[in-house]
Amino acid sequence: MSTSTTTVAGTEEHGSNYLNAKKGIMSWLITIDHKRIGVMYLAWILTFFLAGGLLAMAVRYELLDPQPTFGAEVYNKIFTLHGAIMVFLVLVPAIPASIGNFVLPLMLGAKDVAFPKLNLLSFYIYVLGSLFLIYTLVTNQLDTGWTFYTPYSARTSTAVISALTGAFILGFSSILTGLNFMVTVHMMRAPGMTWRKMPLFIWALYATSLIQLLATPVIAVTLFLLVFERMFGIGIFDPALGGDPVLFQHFFWFYSHPVVYVMVLPAFGVISETVTVHSRKHIFGYTAIAASTIAIAGVGFIVWGHHLFLSGQSELAGAIFSFITFGVAVPTAIKTCSWIATLYKGSVRWNTTMLYTLGFLWIFTIGGLTGLPLATLATDVHFHDTYFVVAHFHYVMMGGVLFALITAIHHWWPKMTGRMFSEKAGKTVFFFAFVTYNMTFAPQFVMGAQGMPRRYHEYLPQFEIWHQISSYASFGFGLSLVGVLFYLLYSLKNGEKSPQNPWGGVSMEWETATPPIEHNFEGQPICKNGPYDFPEIEVDPNAAAH
Amino acid sequence: MSAHEDQPYYHAHHFHTMDQQNASLKLGMWAFLVQELLFFSGLFMAYISMRFFYPETFELVQHKNLLSIPWGATNTLVLLTSSLTMALAVRAAQMLPMVKNDEEKKIRKSLMNYLLVTCVFAGMFLVIKYVEYTHKIHDGLLPGKFYSYDAWKAQIEDNTFAGVVGEGGELIITEAPQIFFSVYFMMTGVHGLHVLIGVGVILWLYLRAKRGEFNRENFAAVENVGLYWHLVDLIWIFLFPLLYLVQ
Repeated sequence: MSTSTTTVAGTEEHGSNYLNAKKGIMSWLITIDHKRIGVMYLAWILTFFLAGGLLAMAVRYELLDPQPTFGAEVYNKIFTLHGAIMVFLVLVPAIPASIGNFVLPLMLGAKDVAFPKLNLLSFYIYVLGSLFLIYTLVTNQLDTGWTFYTPYSARTSTAVISALTGAFILGFSSILTGLNFMVTVHMMRAPGMTWRKMPLFIWALYATSLIQLLATPVIAVTLFLLVFERMFGIGIFDPALGGDPVLFQHFFWFYSHPVVYVMVLPAFGVISETVTVHSRKHIFGYTAIAASTIAIAGVGFIVWGHHLFLSGQSELAGAIFSFITFGVAVPTAIKTCSWIATLYKGSVRWNTTMLYTLGFLWIFTIGGLTGLPLATLATDVHFHDTYFVVAHFHYVMMGGVLFALITAIHHWWPKMTGRMFSEKAGKTVFFFAFVTYNMTFAPQFVMGAQGMPRRYHEYLPQFEIWHQISSYASFGFGLSLVGVLFYLLYSLKNGEKSPQNPWGGVSMEWETATPPIEHNFEGQPICKNGPYDFPEIEVDPNAAAH
Repeated sequence: MSAHEDQPYYHAHHFHTMDQQNASLKLGMWAFLVQELLFFSGLFMAYISMRFFYPETFELVQHKNLLSIPWGATNTLVLLTSSLTMALAVRAAQMLPMVKNDEEKKIRKSLMNYLLVTCVFAGMFLVIKYVEYTHKIHDGLLPGKFYSYDAWKAQIEDNTFAGVVGEGGELIITEAPQIFFSVYFMMTGVHGLHVLIGVGVILWLYLRAKRGEFNRENFAAVENVGLYWHLVDLIWIFLFPLLYLVQ
């Protein structure tokens, strides 16, 4: 049984918090407050999630019928834009830019990030990049696949250059955010907060920042070279001009593999926070989780060739990449097992946040395990470019990252808004979301194993039943997400006012007002306890150290 | 309410001490430089790949002296000297007294002069590059599909690359010169853009120095721009031999 450990009710000891301290739209547009910037990011990201989601609905609508509905050209544009929007505009900034921006300084006991103005600039660069993608949408669209493989991307007449420019600009936003977070973690921890006293969400954001800093410039230069290939015919990627298309794939995946860890490591960090607070238990294996976070970031840089197994690269290269890819599963499994071990004998609170956390564990495990047949050369020969791959990455990205984002939004909703959402609504919608989610993507594993190719708008009649299940379920899943949005927005006006620490967390963000005051803390807070040292846990002095 | 009134205007409120602020700024700048290096490394990878595919092309460019080594070497000296003057500027900024007395005026003048001289050298670099580029444009030694150098024609017919063949002793291996110049313009172009940006930033520092904004406690901006400038110089040190000298 759990009770809130706080006695300070209400939020505004000063009568003002970061939301109402300064008024008017200009105060938001020129804010350097990381909390406001995080909220603005969240609004933009969710807007593009809606856009990408509608495109997904269009994809699934086309696939209801084995015969063409929109036709090949239109379909190519729909799935390409769905992918590009989801990857570049949603998944990469999803957790770090919104939740990370809001929570990181609070968790560290700092007043803001290291470079607040750079933070605002990052946001505006993100907005600018998104405008280029909107321009692409309304002019000639894009039909290359989000992966832009050459030589097609060098020759197609769709709006490739504006899309590439947009992605290039978005990359800068990512780099600057990563730089900001990295310096903040190094330089602005509260007195008493050693690296080993940091919450695991911070470790996750730190590792993510390293990847953002090091990998994103490589995609930037790749996209840059592709723009010049189109404009000047420089002859680096197009074989007709003397170039090598596989070189493009190497360049592209050198970033695009690490970027999936940019997407998922913050998700892991969120789960470490929610699985502890909502089971009132210290994390199992703090050091293992922290170390495995850094390990995943590092190893993630040397596995890109597993996207090129069928590109004609040498068998030796394939074997090496396959072997190292198996290796990256190890730290990931360490985390998953540690989270489950954390739940064991904990005081599990069956609220919406915990349900989404458990949902994540189920979904991500499936997603991760299905990566193994893809990492295995012999089976990947059959699965490459089939729906098996599509299902795998939707399980880890959509189910993994998105469910973790939803978890994070619920967990820190009281902190961000000062309101509690309806648990009843949350739990009901969760069950609907979880079931429809699995019904959308599980059939895709079956189809893929039976040979259904990806990116095809028409298909053999034997796949029709699976596509129909997947499509109808996806419409249901879309509705459930609308449901989540609805009860969250409803709580803004009608939700119960949140106490300072509704979940009884002991990391530093819960020590300040809810919602926080503009400067986060009055004076400098000192870090006295570890982030998971719940007061009712008795520490046995004879037991081994955590 | 804040304890900030006693802090100078250049001490940001979210940092406790100037030490913390300066250390953070420096770490941030180094992180930025690391990512710049990774950006250029993509271009170096492109160079390596293209050189691996078309070694004869790169050799022939040397043979025919299509790139001017004297201009390139001059540019190298110019940039190296500008790095020296930039370092001297940083030194001057470090020595600026807190009080605005006569000594401060003198040192501030030397800071401004060093910054200006750095800009002048950078300008020389860009002028020389402009001269080189106009020669190339005039001769038709341009990247990719704009290549039109009469004495050494590339053959791209019907969207089919005519390939690199060296049989029977014929110099048909000259069919990828446009790729060398693609690499040349990409690399020097991106580098030149960084030089241009550097000039802009150094001029901004000059204006700030003129206004008396820097002192020995507050000179991180000069130091960090210095770091950027040294990286730009370092990249040229690699570009010059790879493009102009290697045979």
